Amino acid sequence: MSPKNISSEIIKLAHGAGGVLQEELISFITKNITYKNVNKGIGVQELDDGATIPLENYDKEIVITADGHTVYPLFFPGGNLGTLSACGTINDLIMMGAQPLALTSIVIVEEGFKFEQLEKIIDSFNFKAKEAKVAIIAGDTKVMPKGTLNDMIMATTGIGIKDKNVIVLDNNLKQADKIIITGSIGDHGTALIASREGLNISTDLTSDVGSLLEIYNVLREEINNNFIHAMKDPTRGGIAGALNDWAKKSNVGILLEEDKVTLKRQVKAICEMLGLDPYAIASEGRALMSVDSDKADEILKKIRSTKIGKDAVIIGEVNSNHPRKVLLNTLVGGTRFVDMPIGENIPRIC
Amino acid sequence: MEIPGTQHLRDKDFTSKVIRAINSLAREINKPLKLMHVCGTHEHTIARYGLRSLLPKNLEILSGPGCPVCVCPAADIDKAIELGKRKDIIITTFGDMIRVPATNLSLAELKATGGDVRIVYGPHDAIKIAIDNPHKEIVFFAIGFETTVPTVGYEIVNGPPPNFSVICAYKLIPAALELLISQSQLRIDGFISPGHVSTIIGLEPFKIFSDAYRVPNVIAGFEPNDVLLGILMLLQQIKNKKFETLNEYSRVVKPEGNKIAQKIINDVFEPVSSPWRGIGRILDGGLAIRPEFEKYDADKKFNIQIGKSQDIPPGCSCHLVMVGKISPPECKLFRTSCTPLNPIGPCMVSMEGTCSIYYKYH
Repeated sequence: MSPKNISSEIIKLAHGAGGVLQEELISFITKNITYKNVNKGIGVQELDDGATIPLENYDKEIVITADGHTVYPLFFPGGNLGTLSACGTINDLIMMGAQPLALTSIVIVEEGFKFEQLEKIIDSFNFKAKEAKVAIIAGDTKVMPKGTLNDMIMATTGIGIKDKNVIVLDNNLKQADKIIITGSIGDHGTALIASREGLNISTDLTSDVGSLLEIYNVLREEINNNFIHAMKDPTRGGIAGALNDWAKKSNVGILLEEDKVTLKRQVKAICEMLGLDPYAIASEGRALMSVDSDKADEILKKIRSTKIGKDAVIIGEVNSNHPRKVLLNTLVGGTRFVDMPIGENIPRIC
Repeated sequence: MEIPGTQHLRDKDFTSKVIRAINSLAREINKPLKLMHVCGTHEHTIARYGLRSLLPKNLEILSGPGCPVCVCPAADIDKAIELGKRKDIIITTFGDMIRVPATNLSLAELKATGGDVRIVYGPHDAIKIAIDNPHKEIVFFAIGFETTVPTVGYEIVNGPPPNFSVICAYKLIPAALELLISQSQLRIDGFISPGHVSTIIGLEPFKIFSDAYRVPNVIAGFEPNDVLLGILMLLQQIKNKKFETLNEYSRVVKPEGNKIAQKIINDVFEPVSSPWRGIGRILDGGLAIRPEFEKYDADKKFNIQIGKSQDIPPGCSCHLVMVGKISPPECKLFRTSCTPLNPIGPCMVSMEGTCSIYYKYH
């Protein structure tokens, strides 16, 4: 028998794919934790990008995120496991409104893994941290016997700092907010799918993996003035997962305009060919933001002044219709719900 | 109305024009209308683009048994699972087949408990796995309609490796449509027929519906404006009391279909009476591998034995949803105990299933 309120006896791949099943796994793991936060800061119960530890007698708080990184193949067009680990952790800190300060890194490799490949991955990790002026201050290594791990995984902690009064949280969306995405969606996941063996898809598509620090730097004022109510990098589960999470946690409705959402031509073609939903596919260098409607144009302009955010657009807004749901006005004028992805992206038959 | 060039197929202004024409015809006809499509991809387009929200109130689009994953009987999946338990066998199949619950397990659960189940995009990938793993048996679990049959037929006539075989669960669409029409209580006013299937078999097999059963029929493509144009062409027939099989998807579908593909199908397979999950046994509703190719027929090669299978779990109304008798919310399990996370019936588990698509987009 499976434990109470759990959908199956065993953990399936879909439990790690950013959808409803992942919520189930996280809640299973975290439900019996006794102490969930420190100094009334954000703790594990919020299931946000990270946690905060407010510092007594100071107006600052420490922001902490933890991240495990697995990717197949380890080297993909546009990056590798190292790029992904550094950028993903830095981005999680930024998504909480924090200035990234430091990383820790845990490297677990399989017996037989080549030093040459390890070097490339670690070089990329170090380079991305250096680029963001983030220190790597501690770490650990483990080697697993052959066959007990697929090549290599990494785990990181991100440490950042922010003003206590800056609130950038998933449950902080406000009525009439504008929703911004800082570029095209689904590049990372689609590039990975296309580069896997056996598909023989030839494409110049590369992953969008990148640090969002440049965007953080131009938006410090808006973040400190709380004009940016929520930020999230739509990784696993894509924008469908991220926006549904917001709608639920903030108890608001979100309405998107399909003709505003940018899909690269290659992403569109590959997704249509394989029957995948680009809204449920991961990006690794994009941010979704829910921002004050009066400041939206100004914020958009600043994001567009950066290299990584040059294609930013407003794709929708927050409203009170259909609370806790995400709706989409489609290209041809119909309306539909955008649902939380269930689990793995599985191609359809025809 | 002229069939548009491809640039119009997702054009909003063009959509508005077609919708205006549909509204005006539906008003003139002035009675409740039921149109049925029989293709998962049509349902996908309709839901994905929110087309039902644009259509007049007296026009209902029903979803017929067009999801190959949904109509695949539990017994066939049970066979694949039984074989997949053997350490020397690799099961290969399409992605959305692996989550479908059979009598006790799904292929995904078999995979999670150690079975070697691999998702492929077609039989050719399975052949490659067979060549790379000469000491294992590779079984391709073949499901689908006329559209996907020639790909397996092609591999079989070209002599695949001896360690390759097929569980043949192919179904034929026209036979199922005929069964639906003959169920008089459904009263379908028109069929939106599947463009993919017609690409292979052509228009001829569909003509029986307009000619003998006097139900208007339009073969339609899969872009949003394809589907809307198909609906418009049906309404024009209904208004003018005409009964024809028309081709909206003429940029792809030739009246005679694909002769080469048809020959491959006929050379390798023969029509057989076949069980459809939720519907029952349909005369000439499926295909079996001809005796001369039986060494590639996994059923015969391994003489698979399974226990009694269960197609529709208690309380589930998939059999009614599949033939358009009820819409998903009319099933008492829908959204309560049956969700995409915990699918009870086949229509909820497949991404092409009516219940799953309805849940996702409504």
